[in-house]
Amino acid sequence: MVSTAENMETTAVQETPKLKVSNLAISYGDTTVLKDINLEVKTNEIFGIIGPANSGKTSFLKVLNRMDTFNSNMSFEGDAFFNGLNTRDLRNLYALRSRVGVVFPLPVGLPLTIYENVALSPRLRGVKSKEDLDIIVERCLMRAALWDEVKDRLNSLGSLLSGGQQQRLTIARALSQEPELLMLDEFSIAVDPVTTMRIEDVLKELKQEMTIILVTNLVQQARRLADRTAFFLNGECVEIGDTEELFTGNVKDERTIGYIEGKFG
Amino acid sequence: MNQDNPTMPDKAAAFDQRDRDWYIDKAVQAIVFLGGISAILFIIGIFVFITKEGLGFLLRDFSFSEFFLSPWWEPTDEDEPTYGILALVAGTASVTGLAMLVAIPFSLGAAIYVGEFATGKKREYLKVLVELLAAIPSVVWGFIGLSIMNPLIIELFDVPVGLNVLNAGVILGLMAAPIMTSIAEDALKAVPDRYREAAEALGATRWQVIFKTVVPAAKNGLLGAVLLGVGRGFGETMAVLMATGHAINLPGSVFDSVRALTATIAAELGETAVGSPHYEALFTIGIFLFVVTFIINLSADLIVRGVRNQ
Amino acid sequence: MEMFSESLLNKKNKRIQSLYRSLFMMMTLLLILPVLVILSTLIYKGGSIISVDFLLTDPINGMTAGGIFPALFGTVWIVTVALIASVPLGVAAAIYLSEYAGDNWFTRAINLAIINLAGVPSIVHALFGVGAFVIFFGFGTSILSASLTLAIMTLPVVIVATKESLEAVPIAFREACWNMGATRWQTIRRVVLPNAVSGILTGVILEVSRTTGETAPIMFTGAAFFLPFLPQSVFDQTMAMSLHLFVVSTQVPNVPDALPYGVALVLIAMVLIMNSISIAFRMHLRGKKKW
Repeated sequence: MVSTAENMETTAVQETPKLKVSNLAISYGDTTVLKDINLEVKTNEIFGIIGPANSGKTSFLKVLNRMDTFNSNMSFEGDAFFNGLNTRDLRNLYALRSRVGVVFPLPVGLPLTIYENVALSPRLRGVKSKEDLDIIVERCLMRAALWDEVKDRLNSLGSLLSGGQQQRLTIARALSQEPELLMLDEFSIAVDPVTTMRIEDVLKELKQEMTIILVTNLVQQARRLADRTAFFLNGECVEIGDTEELFTGNVKDERTIGYIEGKFG
Repeated sequence: MNQDNPTMPDKAAAFDQRDRDWYIDKAVQAIVFLGGISAILFIIGIFVFITKEGLGFLLRDFSFSEFFLSPWWEPTDEDEPTYGILALVAGTASVTGLAMLVAIPFSLGAAIYVGEFATGKKREYLKVLVELLAAIPSVVWGFIGLSIMNPLIIELFDVPVGLNVLNAGVILGLMAAPIMTSIAEDALKAVPDRYREAAEALGATRWQVIFKTVVPAAKNGLLGAVLLGVGRGFGETMAVLMATGHAINLPGSVFDSVRALTATIAAELGETAVGSPHYEALFTIGIFLFVVTFIINLSADLIVRGVRNQ
Repeated sequence: MEMFSESLLNKKNKRIQSLYRSLFMMMTLLLILPVLVILSTLIYKGGSIISVDFLLTDPINGMTAGGIFPALFGTVWIVTVALIASVPLGVAAAIYLSEYAGDNWFTRAINLAIINLAGVPSIVHALFGVGAFVIFFGFGTSILSASLTLAIMTLPVVIVATKESLEAVPIAFREACWNMGATRWQTIRRVVLPNAVSGILTGVILEVSRTTGETAPIMFTGAAFFLPFLPQSVFDQTMAMSLHLFVVSTQVPNVPDALPYGVALVLIAMVLIMNSISIAFRMHLRGKKKW
């Protein structure tokens, strides 16, 4: 079995999308918040998702990381494949989550020191040496544009930072997982525009190392970053396409143009 | 699983493995589950073991009418031992009843003061004080009944003996009141502030808010507090052993000495031979105590839970 | 006219309000005052006998004189063994209830069992201890039997305190950890427990206090009225403070007045000091904001 897989590796990596979602529907109790989602995300692309509030974007990310198991009220139908494996059938959900980094709009700094917030994930995967951890912590905090502000107080509590700083700490923590897939949900909501631009530049570089799904309510951010973009509206995926095409008016559905041009949402 | 998808790359297959951490997590889950289930095992164990020791009496000597209706508890009578707990039940009931008479108004009053009137530091201090009072061991209360209350009652009421229903009732009341106060105050605190605000907006004064809105809304929790107080009084051992006078009696007044169910076990178990009818009869009293307190605690829990579900 | 009558009404209401306020304050004071009087009496009558000698020497002359050392020593033994048995079990149970248990009938059954463990009369726990540990498991009347009986009886104290401090850690922290791929146990060990450990300690101190004061459960399982020697192992009987108070105040003739008062004072001091430490600890924690 293993040897067969090895033989196929070169072709398979190109063929298997990082993420494949088919006929996905998500509900909380009896309320369906998202349905009929079919899409693929290729390795090393930035995939943007835009749409007004309550269109199901956050729920979508939650299911990809199987956060439905945290909430007995949340359930989904259809399938999501990560690296070609159906996330329903995984033997070890923790292994999936350690390969997927997520950043949600409500930042959560853990009640550990800033250093330990970022060192936690490496420690969990077995990194022990202080030098290695130091390097990882510094690199991740740099990339999240937080290093300069906290480098002199790495031993103070991460949970007592300001909202915007906790947001970036959360980004640094997600990066410390060295994830294959990074999912950002409106990461810039509490971050000033200059810092946002710095993080955006980092994301463009990170594309070499990982796949990124970027949920944003700023359509221009999607245009700046995303290779392809999906438009979610009222629990449905209205359109998926090349970002440049969508923003130059080449759309299948008029509502997409309407949203991009700010006519609603 | 891999057969479903023949094109799956090796790298992907590699990530979905159960590693050491996964198994450690499962092992911990199993261990803490044992901790959780131990509480159930202990309760069952208590029932099983006291029943096992009392079973001989239940099968051989037990007569329902004698046990519950006879006031004669004479297990050591050589010719014809009798095992009637009526007088003991009367002793327990009279002491608990008087204790509740003392504790209910005062603990509810104190709960209303601490919860609704007192503020800031004063409130904190009172709560700490109430908590400390609840911590005084029952054997110390028994000693207080014996050495402080006893002469006091003889002096005040000019009676020959001060170890009686009055003594034990007051002691038990003072003992149960702090706990009842804490639980009752929790029940008052559980009433949402918007109730109070709504009543105040209608022009109600503070005491009207408390009596017409807060107390009715918290009545289940307050009832739960009273029930737990009753359960505590019913099950208290050392204080009633030392303060009641320990005389078998159907009390006619608060100045009569009585004997409680719990105290009977405490006083006599040491003098009986293991496996004798007397020994087994004491365990049968234990079964009775277990069942009654179980019912009291269950009702209190159901009543209090009823509040939370509203 | 309107204004005038309203202010009259207000005045009346204010009077009623302050009347009620005073009434309830009186009730609170009436609840507390007798206890303070009693405590002062204990100190007044027993204070004179307390000395280092009293704490560190054996009782003599049929327990009518001398100190309380064997009882103090035995209480420390009993409490220590009881803690060793109950703290790991109680913490495990609380972790299960707070971190793993679902909202189902089984969890409700566990909670009901905990409520009943706390509510069953102490003398029934004593009967259980005799039937189970002394007779069935063959530990005899020993420190082990007495401590295990107390451990089961006070298990709810540890469980409730631990569960409360675990549940005080916001769920968002757990989800953040799980999202990074941490297992439930890794999350508990690295984030939840470190932030709950002081709360757990508060509960343990409370349990020590409860265990110290209990009398009925140890009367027939391991505590002796009088022993001329100290226990050598957990299979020996021992004297204990709480039972010693019962014995010198009811079972021994011709005891000088101050002796039982002194024993009561030492016992109550042990209990109240531990409770105060626990309360002070809790307040200190409340003042220290971690999120």
